[in-house]
Amino acid sequence: MKILVAVKQVVDHAVRVRVRADRSGVETDNVRLSMNPFDKHAVEAAVQLAEAGHADEVVAISVGSQAARDVILTALAMGAHRGLLVEAEGRVETLTVAKLLRAVVDEEKPDLVLLGKQAIDDDSNQVGQMLGGLLDWPQATFASAIAVTATGLEVTREMDYGRATFALGLPAIVTADLRLNTPRNAGLPMVMKARQKPLAVRPAANFGVDLAPRLTVEQVVPPADRAGGRSLASISELAAAISSEVAEMELR
Amino acid sequence: MAALVLAEHDLGQLSPATPRTVNAVAELGPVDVLVAGDDVAGIAAAAAEIAGVARILAADAHLYRDHDAKALAALLQRLAPGYTHIVASASATGRDVIPRLAAVLDLMPVTDVVAVLGPARFERPIYAGNALETVSNTQERQLLTIRASAFRPALKGNEAPIEAVEADVNAAAAARLVSAERTEGDRPDLSSAQIVVGGGVALGSAENFQLIEKLAAVLGAAVGATRAAVDAGYAPNDWQVGQTGKIIAPDLYIGIGISGALQHLAGIQGAKKIVAINSDPEAPLVKIADYVLVGDLFVLVPELIAELQRLGVSR
Repeated sequence: MKILVAVKQVVDHAVRVRVRADRSGVETDNVRLSMNPFDKHAVEAAVQLAEAGHADEVVAISVGSQAARDVILTALAMGAHRGLLVEAEGRVETLTVAKLLRAVVDEEKPDLVLLGKQAIDDDSNQVGQMLGGLLDWPQATFASAIAVTATGLEVTREMDYGRATFALGLPAIVTADLRLNTPRNAGLPMVMKARQKPLAVRPAANFGVDLAPRLTVEQVVPPADRAGGRSLASISELAAAISSEVAEMELR
Repeated sequence: MAALVLAEHDLGQLSPATPRTVNAVAELGPVDVLVAGDDVAGIAAAAAEIAGVARILAADAHLYRDHDAKALAALLQRLAPGYTHIVASASATGRDVIPRLAAVLDLMPVTDVVAVLGPARFERPIYAGNALETVSNTQERQLLTIRASAFRPALKGNEAPIEAVEADVNAAAAARLVSAERTEGDRPDLSSAQIVVGGGVALGSAENFQLIEKLAAVLGAAVGATRAAVDAGYAPNDWQVGQTGKIIAPDLYIGIGISGALQHLAGIQGAKKIVAINSDPEAPLVKIADYVLVGDLFVLVPELIAELQRLGVSR
């Protein structure tokens, strides 16, 4: 099969984000950027399917600015075969990304599209499901295991009550959760090799998709501060504090 | 304006998230609740008791048994013309269905809403709760998922009429359930519990983690765990609290042996009061906790259980 894996460049998960003083958003200048962690699990899953002989081609795609080439190179270093950057500046909404991905799916005709379940910047958790709707393909979100069967896939999903395994036919959409696998760290030889792999860049405007955002971001603010910090000396003080908190709770 | 709320249910029980989701949008206009599933009469009756609900729509068909995203999105798409707001809780089902429906209807959804500021103006957390964004739009219809723990539940005391809705005769589920593995336990639902006791990697083993469960049992609390504790195998996946696990907003959170990694703190931002029991007075969770006890958890927690029992604190 052929796999398309979508990756996004985000502020690195270890960066303590700061809200801009003018409330226009989060500071992204001069901060470390990297591949969205959930997307790394998606790339790893795609590469493992290729290594197991289930897939003959893995194409990594990102929608973003020129800087997003870096995360495509990361995917190529992990083992993807070629890359595509759909170049777009500024805020690109999830629905727009899903429509751009659909346009690429129409051209590339993959059997499986793998994505991270959500990006850790806007925390939307939308694109995979949207692509499923646009293509009218089955979707398996929050995947913690993927097995190839004679008729398609069996995907184990993380549910609120535990986990559940679903069978679905191909083509399909799968979004990756953290327990799907352990993403590899590509060594220097793989990083060097990645630079030799094909990486096409095409402007988003060429795909016939309306790129204008639908939502207006009015403001971005930091969460309310916690006062915090009352140190207690003994168990009896703590038990009394808990007891009074419990007594004050509204029954619900 | 009128809202349609997709009821959340499991094993024949209405989820506590649904009255909260109803309450989140109650001020926007009449609220109908859609109960879709296999053999849903009991769930529909429970939903009909939620105060402020105008109508229950019951779609009773095998097709909806496993909350299949494609089947539910098709059903909601058919009902959409009657509503300005289509709403689900930000659960595994809601997060699965609403974005799919949004794309089919060519709408931008707003997910994980923590405050409804107007008919088309919402607040939602970004960057794992390290920032809050206010978004507005001029779309004809709003598709939302609601972070249930951020809202009080609607009261009980209603007898809303229940109307049957036909299942789509031509539809088929896109995915077939093969097997389900449920985490055992009779503790309250983590996402909506009033008290949560959370344990970290300092517990050291799954056996020791039972100390957390014991304290939770005394307080009638749900049990949570950090990602590190889950990764180490001390606690099951669905107990994980944090950016990549469950987001909780209890009245009281008791964090034991939890240093407070950024990604865990993101999951407990909504807690009203935080207690930290930790050997490290410099731990990030200790810094933000309302009540702190520094010391060895293996000594302190059994003492705390005994003291709470002596005081007769139980729920």
